[in-house]
Amino acid sequence: MKRRIKPSRIYMGLLVLLIYLPILVVIVYSFNESRINSIWAGFTFQWYAELFKDKSILEALRNTLILATLSSLAAAVIGTLGAIGISKARLYSKGIVEYVSTLPIMIPEIILGIALLLLFSLLRLPFGMVTLLIAHTSFCIPYIYILVKARLVGMDRSLPEAARDLGASQLRVLLDITFPLVSPAIVSGMLLAFAMSIDDVIISIFVTGVNTNTLPIKIYTQLKTGVTPKINALCTLMFVAATLISLLSFHIGKKPDKIKKIKEDET
Amino acid sequence: MKKSRSPVPRARLNERRSNRYYVLCVLPLYIFTVLFVAGPLLYVLVLSFLKRADVWGVLNQFTLQNYADIAQPVYLKTFLSSLKLALVTTLLTVLIGYPFGYFMARLSAKWKKIMTLLLMLPFWVSSLIRLYGWIIIFRANGILDKILMGLGITDAPLKLLYSYPAVVVGMIYALVPFMIFSVYSSAEKLDWSLVEAARDLGAGPFTAFRTISLKLTMPGLLSGVILTFIPSMGLFFIADILGGNTVVLVGNVIQEQLMKAHNWPFAAALSVVLMILTSLMIYLYRKITKVKDLEGLV
Repeated sequence: MKRRIKPSRIYMGLLVLLIYLPILVVIVYSFNESRINSIWAGFTFQWYAELFKDKSILEALRNTLILATLSSLAAAVIGTLGAIGISKARLYSKGIVEYVSTLPIMIPEIILGIALLLLFSLLRLPFGMVTLLIAHTSFCIPYIYILVKARLVGMDRSLPEAARDLGASQLRVLLDITFPLVSPAIVSGMLLAFAMSIDDVIISIFVTGVNTNTLPIKIYTQLKTGVTPKINALCTLMFVAATLISLLSFHIGKKPDKIKKIKEDET
Repeated sequence: MKKSRSPVPRARLNERRSNRYYVLCVLPLYIFTVLFVAGPLLYVLVLSFLKRADVWGVLNQFTLQNYADIAQPVYLKTFLSSLKLALVTTLLTVLIGYPFGYFMARLSAKWKKIMTLLLMLPFWVSSLIRLYGWIIIFRANGILDKILMGLGITDAPLKLLYSYPAVVVGMIYALVPFMIFSVYSSAEKLDWSLVEAARDLGAGPFTAFRTISLKLTMPGLLSGVILTFIPSMGLFFIADILGGNTVVLVGNVIQEQLMKAHNWPFAAALSVVLMILTSLMIYLYRKITKVKDLEGLV
């Protein structure tokens, strides 16, 4: 049995290969001297050098990172407090609040995108970072909310009770018992939210302003007019960075696998 | 709970105080949800019943015209073709993703971790750039054509880019990880001794799979179906980029009506119909599986 490779392994290997194929293509072409992607003209670092001179790409990158950081942080605060509150509070509208607040990831993104666009223009909010931040926060909250809530459901209820019996105040219980216990869920939720935010195209397109670009919006416009190899170079760098971070967290022993975490939280 | 009849029920007083505290915790979520989720969605609903102004904006007049417009053959066809694409995508994603998730649950703990990492990593590369990778592969005289022609399988460029199959590949590519993780999380909880028992009792591998494994991984499979079906109704940019103008989906029409035609009420009405369609799917899902939360990623 051991000597031959199982067909299931071959299948998985092939599929992983296919998943990485377009990424590999982009990486290879980031070193291509030619501007046109169907011709290989020789090896070069030229695009990497030009990338760091391109102000508009760097600004888009900066916007994307700021946006992802702020929205996942805001969502972490709102979502965690909300999950803790809803799981403990006696409120009549609990079910409906829970349902509506997780709607952003239950409906096609485009619906939330146009809903927010219409609302923002009704309120006459200037389109730009602020509107992007609100929109991103709204679809980041569900990830954190769902994970933290699942964690709370699986949590040992006797711990906070014991702390209360020993005279700890409500706030102390929250800070010393509940937060440390749910923090892994908050972290995985934030990572997931962060990843979703830096990659969001649909909602961003609707709520961004004329002068505010995020990386996905920039790439989207380029895809329609013509992609510069600088984008290939940037994506290669981002992929390398993500790989390094993942490997690092893998080795440190912290679970980088967010999705597995969710699954564990659900049980 | 035991009811205490003492004059000052301290426990209850405490409880009430802590309840106020927890209500306070929910407040930010509550406000945010009302303002930026429920509010805009209701606004879309209202807007879908209003009349479009001649040049720009909306008139405050009630009308059902927008919904009547959707019944036009052009738009009905768009809805149908979106549904069709979503169904094709979902079906193929099941066929490709289910075995992967299932096999993945049988790997050793170490390999499960590695596989999860391998599947998560691409998420950190912009999905648009991954699509761009497919463009390079698919385009006429691109990588695929060169390989196929080099091997002598085809003798002319296939012109795969800007075609229906290219869009389907792009959709599957974007959504298959969700299917894999959903199935995997279900299959991982599976008690394999049940499968062995079935085999010991004389069931063939197929019967054992059908009666035990498939049944027990059904929640994961169905949540995977939801997680692929719903987004695939709205992923207009994939059809846009890989399909050119050959594939027009509801998402594309909504975007066009909103950004180019500035017909807000009509775009709103289209969104409402799309939302009803997807809500129906979630409702059916919950009816069938009796599961409240989706398994896997969300």
